Amino acid sequence: MLANYGYSDGSGNYFITIDTDMCNGCGDCVEACPARVFEVVDENPHDPMNEEPVAIVVADKKKKLKYECGPCKPASDRPPLPCMEACKAGAISHSW
Amino acid sequence: MAEEQKREFWRWLESNWVNPDINWRNAQYVTVGIDVGSVSSQAVVMADGQIFAYGNMRTGSDSPNSATNALKFALEKADLPEDKINYLIGTGYGRVNVPMADRTVTEIACHARGANFIYGPEVRTVLDVGGQDIKVIRCDAKGKVTNFLMNDKCAAGTGRGMEVFSDLLSVPIGEVGERSFEVDREPPPVSSTCVVYAKSEATGLLRKGWKTNEVLAAYCAAMAERIFSLMERVGVEPEFAITGGMAKNRGVIDRLKKKVGLEPMKTKWDSQIAGAVGAALFGYALCQKGKGRK
Amino acid sequence: MIIAGIDCGAKNTKTVIMKDGQIIGKGIVPTGFEQSRAVNESLKIALKEAGITKDQLNHIGGTGSGAKAITDADVKVNDIKAIAAAANYFFPNSRTVADVGAEEGRAVKVNAQGDVEDFAINAKCAAGAGAFIEAMARALETPLTEIGQLALTSTNPIPLNSQCAIFAESEVVGLIHAKTDKQDISRAIHDAMASRIVSMIRRIGVNPDVVMVGGVAYNPAFVAALKRELNVDQIYIPEQPELAAAVGAAVVAAQEGN
Ligand code: SF4
Ligand code: SF4
Repeated sequence: MLANYGYSDGSGNYFITIDTDMCNGCGDCVEACPARVFEVVDENPHDPMNEEPVAIVVADKKKKLKYECGPCKPASDRPPLPCMEACKAGAISHSW
Repeated sequence: MAEEQKREFWRWLESNWVNPDINWRNAQYVTVGIDVGSVSSQAVVMADGQIFAYGNMRTGSDSPNSATNALKFALEKADLPEDKINYLIGTGYGRVNVPMADRTVTEIACHARGANFIYGPEVRTVLDVGGQDIKVIRCDAKGKVTNFLMNDKCAAGTGRGMEVFSDLLSVPIGEVGERSFEVDREPPPVSSTCVVYAKSEATGLLRKGWKTNEVLAAYCAAMAERIFSLMERVGVEPEFAITGGMAKNRGVIDRLKKKVGLEPMKTKWDSQIAGAVGAALFGYALCQKGKGRK
Repeated sequence: MIIAGIDCGAKNTKTVIMKDGQIIGKGIVPTGFEQSRAVNESLKIALKEAGITKDQLNHIGGTGSGAKAITDADVKVNDIKAIAAAANYFFPNSRTVADVGAEEGRAVKVNAQGDVEDFAINAKCAAGAGAFIEAMARALETPLTEIGQLALTSTNPIPLNSQCAIFAESEVVGLIHAKTDKQDISRAIHDAMASRIVSMIRRIGVNPDVVMVGGVAYNPAFVAALKRELNVDQIYIPEQPELAAAVGAAVVAAQEGN
């Protein structure tokens, strides 16, 4: 499943996509993210019959991702994102 | 007056129904799904995965009574004592306010599962435009979610955005759809996505001499564009179904259909109960797996 | 040398006349829906105040979202460049400039020469611009000129959770119904807005001196919240912060005009 967390508003699209088929719930992104955007839960909340741990975006961060991720995304010379680097499974992508 | 009309459109006519062909006593599991939304709540009672009764009522999302009232309403004409319920799942925006729930499930999962039931297993894309959010869900033949997004941060494209325009133009919200087609030619869509800026744009158009209906048409077109852009992000695969309050606004939906190039599916059920149906089905599945109430 | 700088913005159109680096005339008019009329009007007012005629102008610099309407401009100045030049003109030590206007928020990193080194923009969403505070003031039924003062009297920080101006309006109305103190609501409005602008500023780095321009700089509660969130002692604000882009346009036109 491609779980798109985040939003689109007049200023742009700010989605973090977690490919739940790739995510193994290791929690490396949770540790890597300075803004604590991720958490690992025991089962995919959007697939309640599947009981495997998976990363999701924390509820109260979802509506402000543009701001939460701001420090990782300086206006110029953007370094690799810590969350994407940390995820060995390659399950995380960003829309902006 | 405007207030009344609004209520009629965004808060649906209340209804409850019992299936005369089902005797719950013959069922192994009676499961309930309650979907507490921002303007309405639905309770669906299922007997072994078939709809036995439901209630659909106007409520707020913040009160624990919404869920209780919806369930009472669903059971009003059914002779089912509440203690015969094997499992109860809460879903929707106000799912934390379902005090009697055995557990909660997200509205995304429930919507997909419920759409699979009420539209049939051919449904692959579900669009839900509610009062405060837009959901686009893709699912497989089993009703399992494969891709989704939920936009609940921004009012653009939601029922709230439409409400702002109906207030601004003093057009009862129930008339917006029809009147938006009473124009000599289709105007270009309002260019600002943001509802705040779209409002000032509309004021400018009126000052330039545009007729109210033309501004309505331009805004309905902008809403359709907005909703379509979110759908594109997730991808549209036929068959396609639309649920939620906006489904009743022709002004937006007819324009959206043109963009999508697909005719939305029809159902004999009230599409508003999709989320609650999904929740009740998850309850049934859990019971079958031996994970019901201990 | 006499130069005019014109900034045709979404809300107001502003003109300044500068003679040898000094401001000698200004004109501010609402942009309305006819940009070119607003441009001519503001220029006329500024010329009158300066006591000169249009043909005495050596150059006209034009900037802003409606810059196309400034047909008289012989130098078109990019918005960001105008902000940087203005900040440098008023405060030569400025390095980080926040420009918060009615419809847009911007952050610009400038060097000692007033050149742009980096920038970030918040546009097209009212939640990140002055329009947010305007909408909330309406919901609170408090004049925009007073909401800042009101917020400063609050000692009780409460959150405002909605990230959208439209949803925040309902949240504010809900808070009023719940009998929350108006000053606390006002403060929450400013804090919420400031935290969004601060995240934008952080994307270009915070280096002293920090300067703020744009109409929202008149709002003392916003400036206070900005200071608190940026953790800086001083934010420099020119006398008429809403004129900054026009001043910048004039400064650049003086350098580049030929
Ligand atoms: S970009 Fe940075 S802040 Fe955003 S999710 Fe990744 S690690 Fe966290
Ligand atoms: S674009 Fe406008 S409507 Fe959307 S979140 Fe921003 S303020 Fe709200």
